[in-house]
Amino acid sequence: MHAEPKTPLDVQVIAANLKHDGARRLWRSLEELARTPEYDAFLHDEFPNDPEKEPKPARHGLNRREVLKLMAASAALSGLTACTKLPTEKIVPYVRAPEEVIPGRPLFYATSMVDRGVAVGLLVESHMGRPTKVEGNPDHPGSLGASNIFCQASVLTLWDPDRSQVVLREGRISDWPAFLAMAADLRANFTSTKGAGLRMQFPKAKWYTHEPCGNYAARQGARMAFGRNVNSVYRFDQAAVVVSLDCDFLNDGAASVRYARDFANWREIETPRAQMNRLYVVESTPSITGAMADHRLPIRCGEIEIFARALGAALGLPLRGASSAVPDSWMKAVSRDLQNHRGSSLIVAGASQSPSVHALVHAINASLGNAGQTVIYTDPIELSPENDSLSELVKEIEAGQVSTLLILDSNPVFTAPADLQFAQQLLKVSLRIHCGLYDDETAELCHWHIPQAHFLESWSDARAYDGTVGIVQPLIAPLYHGRSLHELLALFTDDIGESDHALVRDYWRREHSQPSAEQFGNLWEKTLHDGVMAGTALPALSPKLILDYGKLPDVPAHNEQSIEVVFRPDPTIGDGRWANNAWLQELPKPLTKITWDNFVALSPATAWRLGLTTGDVVNLNIGGWKASGPMWAQPGHADNSATVTLGYGRKRAGHVGTGFGLNGYLLRTSSAPAIASGLQIEKTGKTYLMAATQIHHPIERNNQQVEEESENAFARDLVRIATLEEFRKNPQFAREPEKEVATGLSLYPPFKYEGYAWGMSIDLSRCTGCQACVIACYAENNIAVVGKYEVMAGRDMQWIRVDNYYRGSLENPETYFQPVPCMHCEQAPCEIVCPVGATLHSPEGLNEMVYNRCVGTRYCSNNCPYKVRRFNFKLYSDWVTPSLYGLRNPDVTVRSRGVMEKCTYCVQRINAVKINAEKEDRLVRDGEIQTACQQACPAQAIIFGNINDPDSRVSKLKHQTRDYSLLAELNTRPRTTYLAKLRNPNPEISST
Amino acid sequence: MAQVFHHSTNLISRLTIYGFFLLVAVGGFIPYWIDGSPYVTEANVPKAQPVPFSHKHHTAELGIDCRYCHTSVEQSSFAGLPPTETCITCHSQIWKNSPMLEPVRQSFRENRSIEWVRVNALPEFVYFDHSIHVAKGIGCTTCHGPIGAMPLTWAANSLKMSWCLDCHRHPENNVRPKDEVFSISYQPPAHQIEFGTKLVKEYKIYSLTDCWTCHR
Repeated sequence: MHAEPKTPLDVQVIAANLKHDGARRLWRSLEELARTPEYDAFLHDEFPNDPEKEPKPARHGLNRREVLKLMAASAALSGLTACTKLPTEKIVPYVRAPEEVIPGRPLFYATSMVDRGVAVGLLVESHMGRPTKVEGNPDHPGSLGASNIFCQASVLTLWDPDRSQVVLREGRISDWPAFLAMAADLRANFTSTKGAGLRMQFPKAKWYTHEPCGNYAARQGARMAFGRNVNSVYRFDQAAVVVSLDCDFLNDGAASVRYARDFANWREIETPRAQMNRLYVVESTPSITGAMADHRLPIRCGEIEIFARALGAALGLPLRGASSAVPDSWMKAVSRDLQNHRGSSLIVAGASQSPSVHALVHAINASLGNAGQTVIYTDPIELSPENDSLSELVKEIEAGQVSTLLILDSNPVFTAPADLQFAQQLLKVSLRIHCGLYDDETAELCHWHIPQAHFLESWSDARAYDGTVGIVQPLIAPLYHGRSLHELLALFTDDIGESDHALVRDYWRREHSQPSAEQFGNLWEKTLHDGVMAGTALPALSPKLILDYGKLPDVPAHNEQSIEVVFRPDPTIGDGRWANNAWLQELPKPLTKITWDNFVALSPATAWRLGLTTGDVVNLNIGGWKASGPMWAQPGHADNSATVTLGYGRKRAGHVGTGFGLNGYLLRTSSAPAIASGLQIEKTGKTYLMAATQIHHPIERNNQQVEEESENAFARDLVRIATLEEFRKNPQFAREPEKEVATGLSLYPPFKYEGYAWGMSIDLSRCTGCQACVIACYAENNIAVVGKYEVMAGRDMQWIRVDNYYRGSLENPETYFQPVPCMHCEQAPCEIVCPVGATLHSPEGLNEMVYNRCVGTRYCSNNCPYKVRRFNFKLYSDWVTPSLYGLRNPDVTVRSRGVMEKCTYCVQRINAVKINAEKEDRLVRDGEIQTACQQACPAQAIIFGNINDPDSRVSKLKHQTRDYSLLAELNTRPRTTYLAKLRNPNPEISST
Repeated sequence: MAQVFHHSTNLISRLTIYGFFLLVAVGGFIPYWIDGSPYVTEANVPKAQPVPFSHKHHTAELGIDCRYCHTSVEQSSFAGLPPTETCITCHSQIWKNSPMLEPVRQSFRENRSIEWVRVNALPEFVYFDHSIHVAKGIGCTTCHGPIGAMPLTWAANSLKMSWCLDCHRHPENNVRPKDEVFSISYQPPAHQIEFGTKLVKEYKIYSLTDCWTCHR
C-alpha cells in the first residue's frame, strides 16, 4: 500500500495556526492547519505517491544485459506494432429499421425517477437503444432541467453487472414460469382464505410500508397541527428570510432539485442594489444547507426542539417552558427579521426532528402569514401515506398472523431498526417472496427472489413534489428479464398477466373518463413526450390550524454531558440502496470529502475531550446496541453530538459495496430512529485509513507573501467573499487585488480568436456544493472509478472537483464551495511543457488534450497550478465487463493506461452543436451548448458560452464586477472565471 | 613501426560508418513504406462480403441515389447502412429467387442482421462526421473514389491522417457545388483551384486543423 500511515493531528498546532492567521484565513482541513506531512506532500506535488516508489516484487535487480535485452525487445515490438493492420470490423445494420432512430444521433425520452416517493422528471439520452446519460426535464416542475447525484448515477445502476439477473428459489436458479406456477397456487389459496393477497381483492391482506429515511415525523406533525396529513410545498422563490431547523432542503430528497434553483435565484446579485434572501440554519451536523447559511448555529439535534419553542415564544405563540441555550441577541434578531418579513419568510423542519417540531413550524408559519404564501399545503402525494409500519408487521409475524410476505423493492433485513430483529422474525413467515434490483440481504432469506426491472426498464407513474404527474417510461427492454412491481402485483389481482404498460395506461384512461379514446390517445402521447401530465399539480388547501399548545409533549430532557447520536441517510449512497454504485461511492461526501467509507462525526472539541483523533476506531454503544467504526473530527459539528450516516456495512450489495463501513442500522432502534441520547464512545486504540480528498489538489499560495503582506494576500484568496453590505460599498472588491497584475504580458505571440471563444463562469454565490456536476461529468465523459486505495494515493479521476474552504473557528466556521474544472488558460502552463505536443491550444481557446499523442510524461500536470489534470496510472477503465460497454458515451474516448486526461469543456457537445449550426448556415446560439456540469447543476451556478459575443450570458457574467480569476497573478488568464461569493448576514448579529 | 592495420581497413571502416547510416535510413523507411502501403491500409483492396453487392450495378447502371440506402448521411456522423428491409423492397420483386441473394432473404426471414464487412475503417481516436462534409460540398466520390466502377467495394484512400489533412488544409482542391455532392460521375473543372476557392468562400468552409476537430 502506498498511502503512508496518517500522522495524528496536533491540537496545539491547529489552535496556534488558527490564532496566528486570524479570522480572514481560508483553510480546507484540519490536516492543513496542523501542517501534517501528508498535506505538505499533496501541496507540493500533484501526484505525491509516485508509483516508482511503490514497493516492488522482490526480484527487481536488473543487470546490464537484461536492460539491453529489454530495450532491444521493446524497440522491436514498438516497431512491429506500428505495422499492425486494423482488425476487420463488421457492420450490422437493422433488419427492419425502427422509426426515428438515426444511427450516430442520440434520442431523448422523457421519464421520471422516484426518490422516497417523490419524482424528478428526466430526459434520458439513448444511443441506438442504450440509455447512456440522464438529464433533467426542463418541463418538469421538480427538475426545471436540472438533476441530482442520484438521477445522474442511476444509469450506472441500470448497467450494473451485479444486478440480480435470474429468478432464485431458495438461493438456486429457477425461472419465471416456475414462479408463475407457484403464484397461481398461491392465488387459488388466497381466494379460498380471502386472507392473503391484495387489499381490494382479498380484504384481509395488509400493506406495510418501510422507508428507512422517510419523513414520518413530518406526517405526524401535520396531523398534530391540522388533524390531517398534508404535503408542504415550499416556495423558496417567495421567501426572503428562511429559517431551517435541521432541514437539508438544498440536498436531501427529490424536491431539493427545485428548491436549490429557487433558493439560488435569490443569491445572484447583478447590481449592488439587488436584494438577497437570508438563510438561518440551526443544525447539529454540518450540511450543505448549513454551508449556504448566512448564520449557522450548531446545536445538538435534540435541542433544536427547545430552539423551536423559544422561537415560537419570541414570535408570540403561547408556549411554555421555552428556554434555550441560544444567545438571546441571536434569537431576538432572528425573530425581528421574521417579523419584518411576514408573508415572505419561511421556517422549515428536517426529517430528524420530532412531530412536535413539525407541528410548531406549521404554527409559526401560520402566525407569520406564510401559509399560502411561502408554504403551500396540498393533499399528500403518496397514495397510502402511512407511518413506517415495520414494527406492526413484526408484531403480527410474532402473533403468527402472516403466512405469506411479499417484499417489494425494499431491503428490511439490512435497514430495519436493530431492536426489531427483523431477520429472525422474517424466518417465521412460511412463504417469503422478494423482488428487488439486487440479490441482497433480504433476498438471501427469502424463498423466492424475483429480479426487479430498473426504472429505465419499466412503466410506472409518479408525482412530483407539487403533485404533478409524470409517467415513468422505459428506455430499454429489461436487461435481465426483470419484472416491474406492477407486473408482479398483477399476478394476484384480476389484471393477471397484464403488462406494466397496459396497467399504467389503463389506469390513466380510467382517470380521464371524459375525453374520447382518440382524445385520450393524444393526451397520453403528449404526456409521454413532455414527461408531465399538464395541470395535475395538486390544488392548494388551507387547512385549519388546530394545534393545542398545551398538549405538546414535553421536550425530552437532555443531559448536557451525555452524547447524542444522530442518524442520517448517507449523502452519497442514501440509505444503502446506492451502495453498489461506484460513482456514488467515489464521490466525496460533501464537507468531509471522504470517499468509500462512512464514519462517526464528532466536533473537534468533543473528539479531543475524549482523547480521539481523526481516524481512531471507536466502539459505539447505545443502550446495548453496538457497532464500531472510525471517527472523523468535523469542524462545525455541534459538541456532544455524534452523527452516523446509514447505508454502509452492507453484506450483500455486490462487488462494489459489500463488506466495509460502519453499519449505523445496528445502533438504530424503532423508538429513536433519528436521534438517540446516551451514546458511549470507547477508544479501541486501532486506527483506520480513510480516503478523504479534502487534502488532495491543494492550490499553493506563496506563503512568504502571505506572511509579509497578510491583508492584501488574503484579499487575493482563491475564494473571494464579501457581505452584501461590503459589496454595496465596494462593488469592485473581487477585482481589486489584481489591479497591479499586468495581464497580457507574454513571451509568446497572442492567439487570435476570430470565431467563437469558449468560456465559463462559475457563480460561487449560487453554488450549493451538491456535486451533481461531478457525477454528470462521470456519465458524460466515461470517467473511470479508481477505488479507495488509489483515491488515497491522490489518483481520483474526477475532471471537476468541488473544493470546500472553511473560514473562522473550528466550532462554527463559515463554509465555501468552489467547483474547479480545467481553467482552459489563455497562456496555459501545461501546453508549453508537453514534449510530444499532446496538449495544445485550439483556435477557439480550448486547451486540447490529445490522448493518442500522450506518452504520459506528466510534465503538464506538474506545471498546472490548478491541479486539474488526471493521470491514468493504471488501467482504471473497465475494458472487460460487457454490460458496461452499453453505458459508455460513444462520442468520448475510453482512456487507457498511461494517458493524461482532464476537462474538455465537453468538446463532443461543442462539436455536435457547431456541426448542426453550420448545416443550418447560422451561428451557434447562446445557451445552445451546455456542458454536462452546467446542465446538471440545480443552482445554475455554471454558465458556458461564447465570450467573443458581448451579448452572451457568459460574457455578461464575466463583465460583472464580482468576476475574478483564480491565481490571476500567475498570468495564465483562465477562461473559467468565478463570481465572488456574497453573504447576507444580519447586521444585528455581530458574528457567529 | 609497421602499420597495424592494412589499407583495406579504411574501406571497411568507411563502409561500416556509412553502412550504419544507410541501415538506419532504410530500416526507418521500410516500415514507414509498409505502413502506408495497401497491405496495411487496405486501400484499393476489394473486400469479400456475405452478399457480393455491386455498387457499380446499383449506382452507375441503375442510377439509384446514394441516399436511398445511406439514409443518414445528411443528418448524422454515420452515413448509415441499409436495413435488410431496404434490399427486400426491390428484391421481393426482382431477382427474388437468385441464389446469390439467399443471405438477404434469410436475414429477412429469420430477423437476423446481415454482417457486412467494413470497408472504410477509420483509425482509433477519430470522430468523423459525414453530415457536415456533405453539407459543405464534399462529394461522396471525393473520399470513396469511383464508386460507380466498383463491382465489389474497396476503400479508395488510405484514410491516414496526412490524407485527411491534405484536404483540411486546402479544401479548395476538392470542394464541389452542393448539388453535385451525390453525383458519382462528377468531374472537377479544369480551373478547380480557382473555382474551389470561390466555393470555399461561398460555403463558409473553414480550414479546421486543430486536434479536437477529429480527436477527443
